[in-house]
Amino acid sequence: MTVDLAIVGAGPAGMAAASLAAELGLDTLLIDEADTPGGQIYRAVERAPEGSPLGADYLAGRVLVAALRASTAQYRPATSVWHIDPALPGGGTLSLAAGGKSETVTARHILIATGAIERPVPIAGWTLPGVMTAGAAQILLKTADLVPEGRAVLAGQGPLLYLVALQLARAGAPPVAVLETTPWANYRAAAHFGSGLWAGRRDFGRGLALWFNLRRAGIAVRRGVRGLRVLGRRRVEAVAWEAGEIAADLLFLHEGVIPNTQISLGLGLTHEWDERQLCWRPVTDDWGRTSLANISVAGDGGGIGGAGAAALSGQLAALDAAHSLGHLDTAECDRRAIPIRAGLARERAIRPFFDTLYRPADTMLSPADDAILACRCEEVSVGEIRRAVRLGATGPNQVKAFIRCGMGPCQGRVCGPIVSAVIAAERGAPTAAIGTYRPRAPYKPITIGTLAGVEVDPNQIADTK
Amino acid sequence: MFRPRSDGVSGGPVARIAVEVEGRAVSVPPGASAAAAVLAAGLTSIRDTPIGGTERAPYCMMGICFDCLAEIDGVPNRQSCMVTVRPGMRIRRQRGARSLDMS
Repeated sequence: MTVDLAIVGAGPAGMAAASLAAELGLDTLLIDEADTPGGQIYRAVERAPEGSPLGADYLAGRVLVAALRASTAQYRPATSVWHIDPALPGGGTLSLAAGGKSETVTARHILIATGAIERPVPIAGWTLPGVMTAGAAQILLKTADLVPEGRAVLAGQGPLLYLVALQLARAGAPPVAVLETTPWANYRAAAHFGSGLWAGRRDFGRGLALWFNLRRAGIAVRRGVRGLRVLGRRRVEAVAWEAGEIAADLLFLHEGVIPNTQISLGLGLTHEWDERQLCWRPVTDDWGRTSLANISVAGDGGGIGGAGAAALSGQLAALDAAHSLGHLDTAECDRRAIPIRAGLARERAIRPFFDTLYRPADTMLSPADDAILACRCEEVSVGEIRRAVRLGATGPNQVKAFIRCGMGPCQGRVCGPIVSAVIAAERGAPTAAIGTYRPRAPYKPITIGTLAGVEVDPNQIADTK
Repeated sequence: MFRPRSDGVSGGPVARIAVEVEGRAVSVPPGASAAAAVLAAGLTSIRDTPIGGTERAPYCMMGICFDCLAEIDGVPNRQSCMVTVRPGMRIRRQRGARSLDMS
């Protein structure tokens, strides 16, 4: 199978890109792991009832989903991309797996729109059953109409933390407490964003409304929380911090989101360290084009901007792909990009303020306590990473070879940021100089049986004799 | 660890999908994941780690952390948060690493 444009990820960026690309005449294929479109932000939005406790911003995602459904783009749900070979004649090759079968697709242009993941929150006890991410609580509400049973505590910071608290309250399950870890110094630093606040006043207003609604719902917010840890033997029993302790059955953690770079790093695309957002991201031009000419990145996977920015950046990438494949001339492409870029500037205006206000404390990035697990899969502690560094390991990939962190089933998705931060702190070097894991295909584990069932196009096999 | 929401807002299909989690019958809405069924069944954990043998439960619910690995309809090591429930699905505990099935 050959297409003009293959898009990985059906969140706002991927959906918007697919709809526009199809409209511009590109033979477009949208591939997604979930069985319905929307990404995490609009997950299961087609099934949501009017008046859903998830709110109007969530239900607004139905517009993008409906546009995708109405477009001529091929949509392939419940399918994972486990390998991309970017540089074969005639385009790149994507290896897909679905329902225990594998196949390859050739695409003249590839757009990676794999969105964001939640930043890991390595605290003592974070592997205990009952500790989950705030995003996980929201996904359970979106996909299964489930709310926490018993005493739920939310801890961390960022807009999603407050949103989830409010959504749980509306769904009849208010958390017993919200523990905010925002360092006091962040409030002072964020107070300097006068002009950005004006440009981003709509989003700032939304943030304020969220805060007041939380107060109105009677949810106790404890601010300036430090030294967060989980107590319990076989599951969460309590959450403790420097100044207190609260009994809990469930704890939902959140310290913001970072780009999901598993595929972009795996492809060896040039990445840079974003010191404001404290994350790695692929280097792109202002159309989303990466260091490989036939590969683009759109949405939060290229840097955190939120759902509105994601959809707009997906449209820019679609215009660019249509232009490079001869479906759009340069003048028309540039003309169509003007209002999109203006919208993008509005969407991104609030980000410097949020990034500064909700910058995680250093101890959340690189925990002081040696006993805290960094790698949940291989159960490697922060102390073991420090020891490996003292033995001479210079970067994440070497530490991985020394002590197996990042070698478990999650392939370093969760521990990657922690390992880089701990090495940086131990060596006294900036994270930018330390680097991050180099993930390898398969991007998602596949069975030997699935692999053995690959149907290979004979034209794609190079002559190796 | 989770229960159906109780805000009175209804809508969508009322049908529920009945599955079995470690011998317990539980029903969840169509489109829910096997991991959601695990949490609705009241189980504290769904796997023991291969390294330390410690108990784990679903953590991220979005295919990132792999802490929800379970045996689903006889196939071990499935990411239960990425598998949509089907009627009669059997979800079982994953004990340590999967063993090699040579049959």
